[in-house]
Amino acid sequence: MKPILNVSDLSMDFGGIKALDRLDLDVCAQEIVALIGPNGAGKTTFFNCLTGIYLPNSGDIQLTCPQTGKKTRLNGLKPNKITEKGMARTFQNIRLFPQMSVLENVMIGRHCRTHSLVLGAILRNRRTRVEEQETVDKSYAILEKVGLAAQVDEFAGNLSYGAQRRLEIGRALATEPFLLLLDEPAAGMNPQETTELVALIRRIRDENQAILLIEHDMKLVMTLSDRIIVMDYGQKIAQGTPAEIRGNPAVIKAYLGEEVG
Amino acid sequence: MDYFIELFLSGLTRGSIYALIALGYTMVYGIIGLINFAHGEIYMIGAFTSFIVATVLSIYGFPLLAIVIVAGVAAAIWSSAYGYTVEKIAYKPLRRAPRLAPLISAIGMSIFLQNYVLLAQTSDFLPFPELIPEFAFMEPVAHIIGSSDLVILVATTVVMLALTLLIKFTKIGKAMRATAQDKTMALLVGINVDRVISATFIIGSALAAIGGLLIASHIGQINFAIGFLAGIKAFTAAVLGGIGSIPGAVLGSLILGLTESFATGYVSSDYEDVFAFSLLVLILIFKPSGLLGKAETKKV
Repeated sequence: MKPILNVSDLSMDFGGIKALDRLDLDVCAQEIVALIGPNGAGKTTFFNCLTGIYLPNSGDIQLTCPQTGKKTRLNGLKPNKITEKGMARTFQNIRLFPQMSVLENVMIGRHCRTHSLVLGAILRNRRTRVEEQETVDKSYAILEKVGLAAQVDEFAGNLSYGAQRRLEIGRALATEPFLLLLDEPAAGMNPQETTELVALIRRIRDENQAILLIEHDMKLVMTLSDRIIVMDYGQKIAQGTPAEIRGNPAVIKAYLGEEVG
Repeated sequence: MDYFIELFLSGLTRGSIYALIALGYTMVYGIIGLINFAHGEIYMIGAFTSFIVATVLSIYGFPLLAIVIVAGVAAAIWSSAYGYTVEKIAYKPLRRAPRLAPLISAIGMSIFLQNYVLLAQTSDFLPFPELIPEFAFMEPVAHIIGSSDLVILVATTVVMLALTLLIKFTKIGKAMRATAQDKTMALLVGINVDRVISATFIIGSALAAIGGLLIASHIGQINFAIGFLAGIKAFTAAVLGGIGSIPGAVLGSLILGLTESFATGYVSSDYEDVFAFSLLVLILIFKPSGLLGKAETKKV
């Protein structure tokens, strides 16, 4: 399998605290990779570095488009450019546009894939109209996929918690990523919602998208992931298949502490 | 009764012009949380541009309608260029600075632009050509409403409807609303936030320029300092309606216009501003977020 994300030697510190300490990591096409670790291990900081919200102190982040094989170095790019390159994310605490409808939230995700500008909106030429219709059609298809087709005109802020999470994934999908970053997608979900989420993530993977997720729900991580990466104090302390990770002494130590005596 | 209707209509006219300027304040505030004090000057530059274009065209004997349209478009484009540039040089470098910094920078821009026009043009009041003729069909009601009032009402209504459609249904409108709600998230879904902010300044400036053309032709004279009072009034209207809210800006402007008109008509024109600003003080005491504004919840 060919890697689509290469992170090498990535470091980021806040004052004296090393949030990320020479981190190396790869994600391959169509792979589901889980990033786990105790609170404060630097997982979300890592996501923020990847998506351009933080600027890492050193290291390299490289994204390779699986279709064209084109490589792009992401360090220093603005978040909207990175999204254009094919990486999208969701947040730990839901960040939808609450005063826009469900449909509009997804349509917004298509922003970087369409080209008409203010002038097009005023003149309403053929290209603009075709493009707008295409945006609406694709957005409906995505809402169908995440199971929100019945609530298109609802305000995003009025949806149930589980539905908001799915809408956030839908909005990320609308940007047509080949790598999707999910930050604790199952947080606060009930068991049934979690089951639906697992099915959704598998479906997304089957459509040629790789997924990198941060998650604390170990049952979900163990059933879903192809590969698990464990972080602690900003460093990668282990990686492997779910079975390998389960028995790894370093992981147990990070989570539970060392046995005394 | 006629007198009441006359005051009411002139209040609406006044209010709809305030609205054209207030929309610029409120849109910019909604998106970047900045009170753009240079906005009144953008309006003044719009009035000057349309003055120059209209004067030149009338020398060559163009028909009145062509003059109005060309002057309006030229003013909108020229003012937009100013609005865009002001944002790029005075606000964009301060995007991450504390809120007070861009505010001071805005006041500086306002003073700079006023003095720039003073030096580049003149300190005198210039007579503005009457661009809107007296229509024949308005004759029977001319004692209640003038032709230019009618044109202003129709023009502002059309412009505001167009703006509402733009914000509600177009791609750039959606991007503007998304940016206003959550700037980081807007970036992460691939919106070029800098471009959205520029578009906001351009649209707001174009509206102010159209306001400049209409009011200058209504009042009949312009001067380098007209932007100051108009800006303050429009700002008052925006705060009255709830700054950041677009329907609020329109509502606040109409209320302010009507208040001034009735105060002038029934009390004395000397008290026009007293009533306008007393209204602002009352609203700020009893409903600090404005009529349609949402109470600000601080995000941590």
